[in-house]
Amino acid sequence: MDEKKRNEAYNKYVNAKIPKTRPWPSLFNSFWIGGLICCLGQGINDLLLLWFPNMAEQTAWTYTLIALIFLASFLTGIGVYDRIGKFAGGGTIVPITGFSNSITSPALEFKHEGIIYGLCVKMFTIAGPVIVIGIVSSILVGLVYLFI
Amino acid sequence: MAKNQTVKFKNKPVIIGSYSIVGPKEGQGNFGEYFDYVMKSDSFGEKTYEKAERKMIQHAIIGAIEKAKIKPTDVDLLLAGDLLNQIISSSYAARDFNFSYLGLFGACSTMAESLAVGASLVDGKLFDHVVCSTASHFSTAERQFRFPLELGNQRPPTAQWTVTGAGACVLAPKGHGPRITMATFGRVVDYGINDVNDMGAAMAPAAMDTLLCHFRDSNTTPDDYDLIVTGDLGKLGSEILIDLMEDQGIKLGLNYNDCGQMYYTRKQATLSGGSGCGCSATVLNSFIMKKLRDGSYKKVLFAPTGALLSTTATQQGDTIPGVCHAIVIESGEE
Repeated sequence: MDEKKRNEAYNKYVNAKIPKTRPWPSLFNSFWIGGLICCLGQGINDLLLLWFPNMAEQTAWTYTLIALIFLASFLTGIGVYDRIGKFAGGGTIVPITGFSNSITSPALEFKHEGIIYGLCVKMFTIAGPVIVIGIVSSILVGLVYLFI
Repeated sequence: MAKNQTVKFKNKPVIIGSYSIVGPKEGQGNFGEYFDYVMKSDSFGEKTYEKAERKMIQHAIIGAIEKAKIKPTDVDLLLAGDLLNQIISSSYAARDFNFSYLGLFGACSTMAESLAVGASLVDGKLFDHVVCSTASHFSTAERQFRFPLELGNQRPPTAQWTVTGAGACVLAPKGHGPRITMATFGRVVDYGINDVNDMGAAMAPAAMDTLLCHFRDSNTTPDDYDLIVTGDLGKLGSEILIDLMEDQGIKLGLNYNDCGQMYYTRKQATLSGGSGCGCSATVLNSFIMKKLRDGSYKKVLFAPTGALLSTTATQQGDTIPGVCHAIVIESGEE
């Protein structure tokens, strides 16, 4: 059909015209900021173990996660996290701080629609798929373990 | 034989008053000095951004009525539209006024759509004073079409920045001011683009279609206009339009530009430029009207485009249809 051909040609033309993102600067920024967040986590963990020598390593990990999640959520609340994210891309999305941001930001956005239908319902619009896929894949891995 | 899509107005309705209101970021943009009112904050003293958008439309309508030197009771009809679901900003704004209301949806082409419909009604002597208005707000559009404001994500280089702003103008059968002489009512055009971050490419074919119809129906060429301006094709979209028109044998020269592309300064880092109903509406009702009034422009072809998508349709894999309406505005009396 004529129209289909026209659309294909147009899409091809547009794709060639679209300005490309430069991968290397983006990769570099996401790498060093992502790394910095990981260092921060390691730092918190080490300090916890230094200050509380009796603390179990597993417990220290938990507190570290809580600290990072709180920090990201707090920075989202005061409107700073999205600015870092704009610059760092994957570097701020991949660590647990990104997960925290993806839950806090819709919660903030939709609080005007009420606690239940706004905040609680919309809170997981972005993080929801991560949780679903996380659980489904853990079931699959669990099944594999069951048989080997 | 192609159908005539262009209406030539016999009585040439006059734009007797126009008003624009924008957010602080827009106030710092390239048209900053031309706007009637720059808000101190995006929330405009309201609790939610949706309420702020509504208040902006009301503010623009009242401003336009005052500048037209008529009383609110003189207004017969309000034509308005916006981007939000069920065009709540316009309808809820109209709730506080005591005149008839027609809600329009032409996405970002709404300013031209309302002016084309309004001019037809005034030209046909059906109404005396018609107010045309539209608005968009960055924060309400972001959350309806994209992501929460505070989410730390990156935008692709084709993405555009929704203008926070509202424009309104008053049409009358006679008076002083620029006159609407023609209107071309656009068709819905879809060239199969499905990238929601690339509205410029999705809407450029609609702009081409309407411009071609306009030049053909009105027997004019781009050289007959001091300014040919599209709404929010952005940097990429307007380049595409120039290419598409050239393929059709029509060269858009230096008198062509795009409101979205011109809107923000380079330093404001808005990637491909401004977008939204407010983009073309605020530029028309500030900069372009001023230039028409002082005679720097004699004849302007105003042709904003709209992407008629919804998140539901795009998530179901549909492509993005576009529409473009064009109106010709000429300065002063003949």
